[in-house]
Amino acid sequence: MKNIILKLVSYLALAGTIIPSMLVFFGDMSLQTNKNIMTISMIVWFATVPFWINKSADKMGDEEELII
Amino acid sequence: MKKKGIVAHLEAVNEYEREPIPSSKLKGLKSFIGMYAGEHTAGTEFVIGPLFVAHGVAAFDLIVGLFVGNLLAVLSWGFLTAPIAVKTRMTLYFQLEKICGTSLVKFYNVINGVMFCFLAGSMIAVSATAVGIPFGLAMPSLSDMLPNSFGWVVAVFVIGAITTVVAMFGYQQVSKFANIAAPWMILIFLAAAIAVLPELGVHSISDFWAVANEKIWTGVPMQGQSQFTFWHVMFFAWFANMAMHIGMSDLSIFRYAKKWQYGFSSATGMFIGHYFAWLASGILYALFLQQSNNSAEFAPGVVAFNAAGIAGAVCVIIAGWTTANPTIYRAGLALQSVVPKWKTWKVTLITGLVTTIAACFPALVMKLLDFVAIYGFLLMPMGAVIFIDFHVLKRFGLSDFYAEKAGIKLNWAAGSAWIITLIVGLLLNKLMGIEVFFLGFPGWFVASAIYIIFSKFYQSKTNLKTAST
Repeated sequence: MKNIILKLVSYLALAGTIIPSMLVFFGDMSLQTNKNIMTISMIVWFATVPFWINKSADKMGDEEELII
Repeated sequence: MKKKGIVAHLEAVNEYEREPIPSSKLKGLKSFIGMYAGEHTAGTEFVIGPLFVAHGVAAFDLIVGLFVGNLLAVLSWGFLTAPIAVKTRMTLYFQLEKICGTSLVKFYNVINGVMFCFLAGSMIAVSATAVGIPFGLAMPSLSDMLPNSFGWVVAVFVIGAITTVVAMFGYQQVSKFANIAAPWMILIFLAAAIAVLPELGVHSISDFWAVANEKIWTGVPMQGQSQFTFWHVMFFAWFANMAMHIGMSDLSIFRYAKKWQYGFSSATGMFIGHYFAWLASGILYALFLQQSNNSAEFAPGVVAFNAAGIAGAVCVIIAGWTTANPTIYRAGLALQSVVPKWKTWKVTLITGLVTTIAACFPALVMKLLDFVAIYGFLLMPMGAVIFIDFHVLKRFGLSDFYAEKAGIKLNWAAGSAWIITLIVGLLLNKLMGIEVFFLGFPGWFVASAIYIIFSKFYQSKTNLKTAST
């Protein structure tokens, strides 16, 4: 459960990185507001992701196979 | 952690430099996807994209040239490097030792290690342009070759020290860091470019092509820069990592792969890092030029900070760091084969110091395109030797791993292939004016042909210590 919440917050941080830039492109947000949101999203990403990303990679890395 | 504990941990890092990787240590596809995506979405992408703008590449030439070149790079990893790596499961250096003999490999390794140090140095220098922002550091310009301030040297040493410490803990730690940083870095590149498009006059997708041609990739080089064409872009994209795919340096990485098809995982690095990130960083630089009235200052950290704020500057630092880590690791492997009794971490520590000193010189950044091309061409002939040794020699009735089987320290056929190829390249460059970006293609065939022909003569004159397999 804890991992799911952490993952969710991490993905929200990624969304906070990309979505505001689209709003700037469409004229719905200022560039400065976008920069502030990107900074907050960065902090959230690096605060949450170490708790789950490498654990998932280790677990899946040994099992995953490439099929061509 | 206590000092004794740290040393014990470092000495326990075993990277299997002189033995095949055991099957229990093989890694899954995700490790390679993460590593390539992270490694090739790097600090240098913040330099290469802008340098294409400075060299006056036209929009069509860049977009199509990058696509074709990166596709060729992925195919090179997939069909040339990875199949040999999973068959032999050895590092480039150990394999070269068996083919070329210890004397030639030591010479090759020193050159290889030094080139890796310079490459990692350029990445650290890029990070330093971001670290210096809050301290008001004077940034280098396109014409700077030497360190321009004491503050610059301090910034470089801080980044270099952190990078070296992480690299000392081996492949696992590098891979883990790449996994953490890669998804976020990729989005920062993309987001920053999208957000600044309106500043350049792109207010809808239909505006993009006109603005791309008129304001970003105009086809007109900046003062003092040469003109780049479609062919420059295509060959640069293909050969930017020539030492690693055609040059076989990534045998050291893919020896951990369960299947040779993992070679195609390099597509994540090529099409995210060397396609979208180069386009994105070019867009950011075009905005910087517009806002600074075509300033000669060339500081990727400042460019990213202008576009994406603190997150942009941090991205430059981390992007440089993520790439410098595996590069220092590779350099460590190269130099360790010269001093095999030294522990990996000690070699990496010295490598990191050399890298950091090199990073103090902005020339590594300003001349990055030329350096990358020279570095690939310099190491490529040994990749051709490995390829021919693995796939072709036996078809001519010749022995593979000849130095090991004949018990010799120097295989003259391999040495001649390397040296003559470099001489031919130099002559093509100086006498016929063929730029360094194009030398790798004919060079590979020259090296291959010389290695086969010279092996035919050389092997008939020397006796094998053991029977050929």
